Amino acid sequence: METVEKTRVATIWLSGCSGCHMSFLDQDELLIDLAKKIKLVYSPIADVKVFPENVDVTLIEGAVANEEQLSLLKRARERTKILISLGDCAVTGNVTALRNTWENSDQAVLQRAYIENAQVKQQIPTDVPKVLKKVHPLHEVVKVDYFIPGCPPSAALINYVVTELLAGRTPNMEGRSKYG
Amino acid sequence: MNLADIQKIAEQEVDFERAYKYRINVCCSSGCVPLGAFKVLKAFEEAVKEFGVEKECKVAKTGCVGTCSVGPAVIIEPGDYLYQNVTPEKVREIVRDHIVLGLPVKSMLYGNPAFFKKQHRLVLRNAGKIDPSRIQDYIAMGGYSAIVKCLATMTPQGIIYEVATSKLRGRGGAGFPTGQKWSLVARAHGKPKYIVANLDEGDPGVFANRTLAEADPHAILEGMLIAAYAIGAEKGYLYIRSEYPLAIQTLQKAIAQAKSLSLLGDNVLETGFKFDVELRFGAGAFVAGEETAILASVEGRRAMPRPRPPYPANSGLWGKPTLIQNVETLANIPIIIQNGGAWFSKIGTPRCTGTKCFSLTGKTNNPGLIEVPMGITLREVVFDIGGGVPEGRKFKAVLVGGPSGGCLPDALLDLPIDYDSLTRVGAIMGSGGIVVLDDHSCMVDTAKFFTEFCVDESCGRCTPCRAGLIRVKEVFDNLTQGNARMEDITTLEKASSYIRDASLCGLGQTAPNPVLTTLRYFRDEYVEHIRDKTCRAGKCFKKEERGATP
Amino acid sequence: MTATTVTLKIDGLEVTVPEGTTILKAAKDNGIIIPTLCNLEGLSPYGGCRLCLVEISGSPKLFPACITPVSSGMEVTTQSERLTEYRKMAVQMLLAERTHICSVCVANDHCELQSLANQLGVDHVLFERNWTRLEIDSSHDFLVIDRNRCILCTRCLRVCDEIEGVHTLDLKLRGKDAQVIMDLDEHWGNSCSCTSCRKCAKVCPVGAIYIEGEPVSHTKHKDIAEFITERRQRKWKQ
Repeated sequence: METVEKTRVATIWLSGCSGCHMSFLDQDELLIDLAKKIKLVYSPIADVKVFPENVDVTLIEGAVANEEQLSLLKRARERTKILISLGDCAVTGNVTALRNTWENSDQAVLQRAYIENAQVKQQIPTDVPKVLKKVHPLHEVVKVDYFIPGCPPSAALINYVVTELLAGRTPNMEGRSKYG
Repeated sequence: MNLADIQKIAEQEVDFERAYKYRINVCCSSGCVPLGAFKVLKAFEEAVKEFGVEKECKVAKTGCVGTCSVGPAVIIEPGDYLYQNVTPEKVREIVRDHIVLGLPVKSMLYGNPAFFKKQHRLVLRNAGKIDPSRIQDYIAMGGYSAIVKCLATMTPQGIIYEVATSKLRGRGGAGFPTGQKWSLVARAHGKPKYIVANLDEGDPGVFANRTLAEADPHAILEGMLIAAYAIGAEKGYLYIRSEYPLAIQTLQKAIAQAKSLSLLGDNVLETGFKFDVELRFGAGAFVAGEETAILASVEGRRAMPRPRPPYPANSGLWGKPTLIQNVETLANIPIIIQNGGAWFSKIGTPRCTGTKCFSLTGKTNNPGLIEVPMGITLREVVFDIGGGVPEGRKFKAVLVGGPSGGCLPDALLDLPIDYDSLTRVGAIMGSGGIVVLDDHSCMVDTAKFFTEFCVDESCGRCTPCRAGLIRVKEVFDNLTQGNARMEDITTLEKASSYIRDASLCGLGQTAPNPVLTTLRYFRDEYVEHIRDKTCRAGKCFKKEERGATP
Repeated sequence: MTATTVTLKIDGLEVTVPEGTTILKAAKDNGIIIPTLCNLEGLSPYGGCRLCLVEISGSPKLFPACITPVSSGMEVTTQSERLTEYRKMAVQMLLAERTHICSVCVANDHCELQSLANQLGVDHVLFERNWTRLEIDSSHDFLVIDRNRCILCTRCLRVCDEIEGVHTLDLKLRGKDAQVIMDLDEHWGNSCSCTSCRKCAKVCPVGAIYIEGEPVSHTKHKDIAEFITERRQRKWKQ
């Protein structure tokens, strides 16, 4: 029987490669300790369809690149106490945002993927969420409370930040955060 | 040509002038020429012949009188009758009535005598009065008597003492005491020593130095001569922007004339003193007016400021001691020598003596070039000299100090204009631009405009100015397009303070002034832009839809 | 040597150094590290990056340690809340200025900008990033310049001019548009003055100039400028 209410944690995967989630899982045996303190309420590795209410901590991997991601991010912000950008895509835009260097990148990126590089049946899909003009790191769109850069951030760094927050402390990123 | 000969020229010239009963001065400076000043000049020359008064009436082309909005301007002496908007068609009537009948044409006279009432013309003493292309005119007004006095009776130390006593401060904007600067260069080791006169007036809407050069080029040259004698320099460079073709022409002519009278050259007025002046042209960079950038440019390198120390006084042009002085400062020197430093120090305020030229522009009834004593209030400049805001609009702010000046609200209108008071409220003296804004101006948009100017003019050397200003400008894009958040005000403040404190040269250090002062005095407008997405002046939010963005 | 010495305090520590020493050098010789980017021993000081700004008591201004000479009785502070804030700001502005994507950069893990961000804990950038697409010039046999990664520290210009003595590299345009160019804006492969000495790649603090096919960890050798300067003065390290 649980005596203490567990911290409700969610993770989200936006435009990223899932490497940050892999790194999260790379915490290995530390996950066992973590699991004692948290309840995973929403995650790409858990089969939950709708982002729930009353989330304590949400870790978000990936940048915002389309309208579906935008609405999910905004909903997560509304329903979360502490929102964390996880990894370089979420923090800087990273590789995902390289399309921002193109003119009219929303059109150009689809052209490149579905016409120029398509071997058969070249067509731009219409039944998918609309691509944004530019790719944005999370804090350009919503308020972000903490940042864990890295491509991916090391399992140790993720563990440090999460553990500090669970203990009610502010993580100190000097000498810890590292892009790339 | 020796010292006494200058006196002879002056006497001859005064006799020559005395033969004329009237003198018709047609302003032929950059403001009036495009409006047809040369045609007006020709019309006067023809009209005086037509009426047979050419023996008693001298027609001269002169520099600017300051009333640039009503050009071509013509002054008829004696009596200083200022005719405005003169066209060749009106000339016959003026000559007939004023010269032949002795009845000034009242309907054509300049209607705002208040424009001149509170001015004090020291630097512009000859502007509009003499023909800048005739060195004799300048000499007749007492010109070059100061250098004669210096060479004949004064020691270099004595000259520096007089300048120090005058408490004159540099007119380029920073206000460093001129006497102190001279003694630093005079004491510096190393030969030869150089003088650089700064006429790289790059601020948008500022034209005080140009007007001075076009109206009275010899005052600048005489100032350089005196400074050279005082600090022991043999060579001077006059750095002028290429965008001032008429000023360049005027100065070239003036230098040639001064050389022909041996006022410049290897043996100035047969005293053994050697000094020569060469013009150097700027290639259009605003930052080239910064004192270390100007040195690089004169040497033929990229006009990029460098950190100090070493200071130019010790290591300037080609590593030699160099005096860099704004031309307005230099034009003050001859009158200080003629009348004494103590006399000069009584003009203006005790800490900021003398006068300052300002280009008065924007929403003002009397735009133009003015020269006022230090310590005059902004209210006097805007409402008395400037005649208030046109079309019955409401005064909103006054931008003092050019693109990196500060926007000051009506609550600060009684502030005296001097270096220290302006700095205290977040503005600067700068090169002397005053822009009046009315209630049709959006302060957010104004700050954005000047930030954009500084973004374009940043040289690219230091991080805050190069990589920071552009980010500040982007925050403004969001503000004026309705994409900003409240946190952006904090971002603006943080970034602006950083740029102000950390930049290498004056450009970066003062570039955030419009942002910081508008945030200080007009914060409500920023909040309205973010919270309500409204612009009370109706300037912003006019851009087209940006498509799907957060 | 009978050089006059000067005694001053840096972060409360009393140090004595020869007259004319910069604050940066005085601090370094006494174990106090002030962050820098554009400065490099052996090259003329540039004063551009503004990371080495320090406080001197008695003045509200900030001073670049790489240029400001020590003076007797000076009290220098190299660490304060304001200085940390400002250094973070500088790093953020540099990161936002051009397309700095560490994960796909040749200099990842060997980059001075990246490591400064790490030391200072710059875990995000306050500003919207600027996504530049400037020319990448790989026309030279093995030297490559990616101007999108350049932080305009001008170490390459100075090493080319002052050490190699050819001045192949210089800047064009100004402000945010400034770019490093070869000769009169030639492609590097067409440069007639470049001696292919590689010193520019050795001293580049980021991944802007690198050698094709060679790990950056191999190329980077920023002590080269100091090394050559000292050898030219016939000074040999003990």
